[in-house]
Amino acid sequence: MIADKVKGDLYAIYSIWLREMLRFFRLKSRLFGSVASPFFFLAFLGIGFNNIGRIPGIPEGVDYMSFLTPGIIGMTLLFSATFAGLSVLWDREFGFLKEIMVSPVSRIAIVLGRTAGGLTTGILQALIIMLSGILLGMGIPSIQGLILSLVFMILIATTFIGLGLAFASKMEDMSGFSLIMNFLIFPLFFLSGALYPLDQFPEIIKILAYFNPLTYGVDGLRYCLIGISAFSPLTDFAVLGVCCAAMLFLGAYLFETTEVN
Amino acid sequence: MGKELAKDINIGDMPAKAADDAAISVRGLTKRFGETIAVDNIDLQIRKGELFGLLGANGAGKSTIIKMLTTMLTPTSGEARVWGYDIVRERNEVRSSIGVVFQDPALDGMLTGRENLDFHGRMYGMNAALRKARIADVLELVDLKEKADTKMQDYSGGMKRRLEIARGLMHRPHVLFLDEPTIGLDAQTRRYIWEYIGRMNKEMNVTIILTTHYMEEADYLCDRVAIMDSGRIVALDRPESLKDTIGSDTITLMTDSGGDALVRSLRSFSWIKSICLDNGSIKLHVDHAQSRIAEVVLEASRNNAVITSVSLHKPTLEDVFIKYTGKKIKENGGKDRGADIALPRGGR
Repeated sequence: MIADKVKGDLYAIYSIWLREMLRFFRLKSRLFGSVASPFFFLAFLGIGFNNIGRIPGIPEGVDYMSFLTPGIIGMTLLFSATFAGLSVLWDREFGFLKEIMVSPVSRIAIVLGRTAGGLTTGILQALIIMLSGILLGMGIPSIQGLILSLVFMILIATTFIGLGLAFASKMEDMSGFSLIMNFLIFPLFFLSGALYPLDQFPEIIKILAYFNPLTYGVDGLRYCLIGISAFSPLTDFAVLGVCCAAMLFLGAYLFETTEVN
Repeated sequence: MGKELAKDINIGDMPAKAADDAAISVRGLTKRFGETIAVDNIDLQIRKGELFGLLGANGAGKSTIIKMLTTMLTPTSGEARVWGYDIVRERNEVRSSIGVVFQDPALDGMLTGRENLDFHGRMYGMNAALRKARIADVLELVDLKEKADTKMQDYSGGMKRRLEIARGLMHRPHVLFLDEPTIGLDAQTRRYIWEYIGRMNKEMNVTIILTTHYMEEADYLCDRVAIMDSGRIVALDRPESLKDTIGSDTITLMTDSGGDALVRSLRSFSWIKSICLDNGSIKLHVDHAQSRIAEVVLEASRNNAVITSVSLHKPTLEDVFIKYTGKKIKENGGKDRGADIALPRGGR
């Protein structure tokens, strides 16, 4: 009986994931659009600042392109994951959320299916950015580093899918969308040390950055891909892991209690 | 006037023993949104196999009832069971027992018709073979086989609605909820959809609850109709019985001359319930008016009265609606009443 229920839920998770994949690959413009802006950040900032000389705070022997690439991978994940979480709003807007909510599938399976979908598309985009970084001069990471970086990517993406889901569950329509973009997502990005080392910030900003999960994600990615980090990778992993669990729980909880009107 | 009448609610032939053959039983169901009461203390029993209609203007509370019964909204108070399951405590069981077609489309525009149906089948735990068979079945039922592999966004409104009805049936629910199934559709498409709905109810023996603000729709389709006004059920019965409460048919004669003589001689007919003469226009209240017109005209020529027009009005569900709610439904106002020679209605 319980085994049947679990089996049904797993099938539902897979089905919801499948729908996300169909939608993602059917809209080619979305695929290109979502990779374009991080790619431009990477290419223009990276090439532009690469020859400017040593940037304070970046260790000797590490060029800016190498330093920047993990940061932009973090940015890609931040944006795509939050969007994936918020995409519940689209479904609400176009009515499809009702079709999902009225089906006899447990709410947690719905959340996990969406998370799996957002995770897949997010990491796919992140890998495209990583490849771009390698081609632009970051250098090829080790196999262990690559595998470990995938773990960090999953944690980053899941954290922000949870965040997006939490917001989407509490928003009636899309009107708050640009507020979230400008006052949440961009600050999280700029306060993560993705573009420059954190020790260049004033003390107060630094403290804010310590409360940003993306800081630990980007730092962890740097450790995996170019071998430098501000914190120990274990600290990065632990903090991000806790954030990830907390955000996913929060997102799932708020989604569970949402009413579809 | 409507308010007074609204008090004596006609419960109709409500089944005495509810538990066994009730598809839906509702007791004291209430939903408030802040200060406003959308649904006000509703009691309702719907039998298995019944085609039941909730008729009311926009904002009367029909959709809110449907949303509560389909577990999309939590009631403020009261309780309801759908197919024996409590709508609050046994949500998943309720969800497994029902199919729903919402008022607004709930389709994924980027997927094809077939993919939308396939997703639905997956959510209801059907395996690939079963999905394939059922998709073919329901597409056949709503005549959308040729359109199956077209993206939803290229469907017309009527086709979308048909696909949604197909989808609602795909998992063979015991109870199917249709929230305004023909809203915004043209007359021809509406007819088609009525046909599907009637057929589903009969052939597949699905209990159907539909909401509508179209009088003809409720009249044509439903076994029983509940008229709703401001969150309450103000009348509930078979459409025929509801229309009977209005009384008999009306024959209206316009005369040029000889009206008085005609009225005098018509008074001797026992089947005429009442006559009134007003400035050359004679109104007769009669049962089965269509079979009496010939006699009336014959009597007029015997009395050398000159008739310029004859018209006949049968009570419609709209007359009933006006009687119980004291208002017309705006969108549709007067359309039914304008047609003086009413077509034979009722039955399916």
